[in-house]
Amino acid sequence: MARQIGLSVERLEDPALLRGQMKYLDDLELPGQLHVAFLRSEHAHARITRLDVTRARALPGVHAVITMEDMERALGRVRMPLSASPTKATAAITPYILSGTEVAFVGEAIAMAIAGSRHIAEDAVDLMEIEYAPLPVIMSAKDAVPDTAPRVRTEASSNVFNRMHVNYGDIDAAFADAPHVFQEDMLQHRGCGHPMETRGVIAEPRMDGTMNVWSSTQMPHDIHQGILEVLGLEDDALRVITPEVGGGFGPKYCAYPEELAIPAAARMLGRTLKWVEDRREHCLTAVQERDQFWSLEIAVEADGRIRGLRGSLIHDQGAYALKAVNLPYNSATAVPGPYMVPALDMRVIITFTNKVPASSVRGAGYPQAAFAMERLMDLVAQRLGLDRAEVRRRNLVPPEKMPYTKPLKARSGAPVTYDSGDYIASQKEALEAAGWDGFADRQLEARKQGRYIGIGLANAVKGTGRGPFESGTVRVNPSGQVSIFTGAAAMGQGIKTTLAQICAEQLGLTADKVTVICGDTVAAPLGLGGFASRQLVTAGNTVLLAATEVAQKAKKLASHMLEADIEDLELLDGKVRVKGSDVSVTLAELARVLRGSPGYAFPPGLDPSLQSDAKWQTEALTYSNTTHVAEVEVDVDLAQVKILRYIALQDVGVRVNPMIVEGQIRGGIAHGIGNALFEQMIYDDEGQPLTTTFADYLLPTAPELPRFETLYRDTPSPINPLGAKGVGEVGTIPVTAAIISAIEDALAPFDIRIQQTPVLPETLFHLISTARARGLPRP
Amino acid sequence: MKQDLTLTVNGVSYTRAVEPRVNLGDFLRHDLGLTGTHFGCEHGICGACTVLVDGATLRSCLMFAVQAQGCEITTVEGLSDAQAPLHPIQQAFRDQHALQCGFCTPGMLLTVVELLDENPDPSEAEVRDAISGNICRCTGYQPIVDAALQAARTLKGGTR
Amino acid sequence: MKAPPFDYHRPQSLPEALELLRGADARVLAGGQSLVPMLNFRLLAPTALVDINALDELRGITIEGGRLSFGAMARQREIERHAGLAEIAPIFAQAVREIGHRQTRNRGTIGGSLCHLDPSAELPMLCVLHDATLTIQSAGGSRRVAVRDFIQGAMSPGLDAGEMLTRIEMEAWPQGHAFAFLEHARRAGDYAMSSAACLLTFDAQGAITRAAICVGGLGDRPARLTHAEQSLLGARPDEQLFAQVAEEVERLPAEGSIHASAPFKRQIARTLVRRALTSACATMVTA
Repeated sequence: MARQIGLSVERLEDPALLRGQMKYLDDLELPGQLHVAFLRSEHAHARITRLDVTRARALPGVHAVITMEDMERALGRVRMPLSASPTKATAAITPYILSGTEVAFVGEAIAMAIAGSRHIAEDAVDLMEIEYAPLPVIMSAKDAVPDTAPRVRTEASSNVFNRMHVNYGDIDAAFADAPHVFQEDMLQHRGCGHPMETRGVIAEPRMDGTMNVWSSTQMPHDIHQGILEVLGLEDDALRVITPEVGGGFGPKYCAYPEELAIPAAARMLGRTLKWVEDRREHCLTAVQERDQFWSLEIAVEADGRIRGLRGSLIHDQGAYALKAVNLPYNSATAVPGPYMVPALDMRVIITFTNKVPASSVRGAGYPQAAFAMERLMDLVAQRLGLDRAEVRRRNLVPPEKMPYTKPLKARSGAPVTYDSGDYIASQKEALEAAGWDGFADRQLEARKQGRYIGIGLANAVKGTGRGPFESGTVRVNPSGQVSIFTGAAAMGQGIKTTLAQICAEQLGLTADKVTVICGDTVAAPLGLGGFASRQLVTAGNTVLLAATEVAQKAKKLASHMLEADIEDLELLDGKVRVKGSDVSVTLAELARVLRGSPGYAFPPGLDPSLQSDAKWQTEALTYSNTTHVAEVEVDVDLAQVKILRYIALQDVGVRVNPMIVEGQIRGGIAHGIGNALFEQMIYDDEGQPLTTTFADYLLPTAPELPRFETLYRDTPSPINPLGAKGVGEVGTIPVTAAIISAIEDALAPFDIRIQQTPVLPETLFHLISTARARGLPRP
Repeated sequence: MKQDLTLTVNGVSYTRAVEPRVNLGDFLRHDLGLTGTHFGCEHGICGACTVLVDGATLRSCLMFAVQAQGCEITTVEGLSDAQAPLHPIQQAFRDQHALQCGFCTPGMLLTVVELLDENPDPSEAEVRDAISGNICRCTGYQPIVDAALQAARTLKGGTR
Repeated sequence: MKAPPFDYHRPQSLPEALELLRGADARVLAGGQSLVPMLNFRLLAPTALVDINALDELRGITIEGGRLSFGAMARQREIERHAGLAEIAPIFAQAVREIGHRQTRNRGTIGGSLCHLDPSAELPMLCVLHDATLTIQSAGGSRRVAVRDFIQGAMSPGLDAGEMLTRIEMEAWPQGHAFAFLEHARRAGDYAMSSAACLLTFDAQGAITRAAICVGGLGDRPARLTHAEQSLLGARPDEQLFAQVAEEVERLPAEGSIHASAPFKRQIARTLVRRALTSACATMVTA
């Protein structure tokens, strides 16, 4: 069997991308397509008192204007369906397909203009006359909690959407006679996903009553289900396709109002409609992770070993829920991270606010959990006068306890079991690479020159490979080329190449002989899609199983044709060969035989097609672990942080394509650095977002980032045949914690404690100024 | 009111009537069907729509098509023919895994073309500065920097 | 995010352009690097754009003796790479490299920067630093105005309807002067939270004989530190003195933004003034 798994195979996706030939959503031009622009709310909370679209309808080039009333007439409903079972589904929580009476965040869609060009559609939006009566606005999740608070939506009986209690162990005993208890409040903000390609939808209603929809999404099957439900179509009457997707990062995980409004309007008008989100719309309407208010207490032994952890978390959900609200559950259950925490008690409050809905951005609540825990580890070290690394080492789950089951349940109901990995060795290796032990001397030396350098570390685990399954069909075509059809979603990460490698290895081929078709609900009617660092694990194992079956079938047929024993056959270079001989038959020939010929029988025991379907299932997550070490320098006069070195060690199991894994890790770190130092969605008190351009919402650019030094430990996961663990989000999880630990270390002479992320220059300026006013640093 | 426009794109001359408010990027994408030039922000920050106009990079969302009257434009489609080998800069991007979703890639490529035209032997810091006006959300930039450095070596070796 | 409709004119001569500008609500389209984003966001909806990119009269940089003359359409990239300018007024290249990115500098112009007037913009700062004189033309005639009178606030150029900025002139400082331009932005190429520029000359004994210091991004326009300039005369480079004169920043108007509050901007400006003076002196020592 030719080795493919473990090789940095060139990506199959690249040539067409490099030549500009790949078709993203906006690159598709359908015959007769019309363009859509949306009128969106200018208020964070208001009643719509008047909407007059007469002038817009009259503008030459405008084909239609559609409002909520039109939508309701056509659909018999105005609200989005729930696309997955939510944490609590009783209240009216989903957004409106179009809003007509009340708006609850700036950017909420109110009406659509449909015209021959996007330019004219936008002209028409400008001609829509709308008046609002402003209603009280709730901007902070904290302010939303009291029962006396004005309602985020007048229909809501409470701003509190849900409360969750995550707990195990005897928390009272853990705190009752603890030698030390430390407390910390933290405000964590994560911004937007900002894939470089924004969202977009095309809907093509066909003469026969069927419809094709293209969407730039991570979840074509969810979109399919949602449109079926709203339009009342039969399954086979709708095909949802994702063209090339220019990045996901979370925002394309949800089904949005536009993804229903466009198909609905297309059906009403009998015209093909295209809508491409512009960047301002992305800032206003695509999900963000935004704010979590944490308050934590940790009880520790005299030597820093953790006895228990308790606290609360208030989560800013925004005006609606597009999907099951999993973020704060992820955060609350992930707090213990790689450490042994005998007792945990987390109370979670999820509140609505007058902001765009929150959902996953790369990391999905895990970075916040890591930040909270790692900040506590630093606090314990500082208060007990211990080395930060040593406190962590004492608490890390040791390798001899693997697999280590926590008294927690994953969303599936399965226990949280860390399946493999050596967390202590991981930390040790990362620290050695970073020169942790010698750093204090370098720091002292730098301070003598007036330079403030610091080092920080953070550990994390990330549950990956979320099930329950992913679909995959492997088929050898009569040409000898192999096709994979899967419900996995390609969104730029290179999953096609990776799946091709897994398949090719089983069939004795190279990856370039495999074509992967994904993002098409006809090609793969069943599937879940892209989220939670899952696709290598779920789709990868599915493809492994399917390809293995195809290989078996090929051998079985070849054994008939070559009159050889199956045990004596091997797959090599596109052939099944009798080992040690030149007697062989090509896979192409075998595929042709199994296509069947009219009236001729198949060899005994063989059924049609050299093809196999698989759906590898899992309830358990497989846990990647990681240790990051950051070295920074702070210019205390400019409140400027420069990252001098960044070391990232991760154990992501078997790396099918190390080059692609490296790409995922680096990209993840860059996203984390954005979260730590640059990215913040800022609103004024009236709920107006102030960071709706790329000049205001800052994504890191090349000069801001250091080279990343990466290290890997490849502990196979014992819970899947491939031994794989997920990687997509892993690089992001510990970054904010590591960087902010390093900043705090650099500013130790100023006695500064950082309790928030991101830490923007303004924040640092205030912290440093306050310290200076206290006479720090002391000469 | 539409105005007549004649320009050369990737060596091919085109004459079209175009509304003045249509920017160069939209014109290339939707009037000429050259969809390799992408829009990431349409307000001049992200650099995805970078093309070469008379040899110099610019953001095609910030220039109206009518302004390109008589200009020679190079887009990503002009770097190498579909049947020909990749341009050395494209090849370097592939070798270094300098693209993931590929959306920022055309703009990055053309920015690196201009950089290496002017400075055949850039330092890492010079590369980072040159691509500072191009946002990539996937790669963390490091492989793009390495690709530019690799391409510089290749091009100096005279394989262009 | 598409521009609203407008009439487009591409005059071939300056008189033709000025004639077109007489029409109501016409805007001049120079490099377009600030105007076009505003059009794309529909923050502006002029009835007509007068594209002055074809006007040869507005191109080029000329240096005669010590006098610098920029056509309004001199591109930032041209200024950055101009050999003569690098010799006689090297602060231009240093400052212009901080403007946006290569792709925007290829299009952006000095005239456009002066008419857009972001308070952090580099070229207006250099004009203020050099006490530049601007030529303003209209169909009715021509006038000259000191840059400090032209800048009337953030995004507020002193232009009447029908007027166009055509030329920017200033005296370069004597050969061998010391200079520095420093700015601090959130990211490379972003508008600075604050910036500082200085020019210095020294006598044979190393005492400062002339000083110009300007800060940007602090208030609604670039501001000279006139007291500091005076205090430095006759003094020798001295870190403590520099820190002391930089305190003048405290007396200047400052406006906060989403990226930096007024006190933070002042802190940055103070730091940069101090560092710019030190850095300028260092260029002298190495020269």
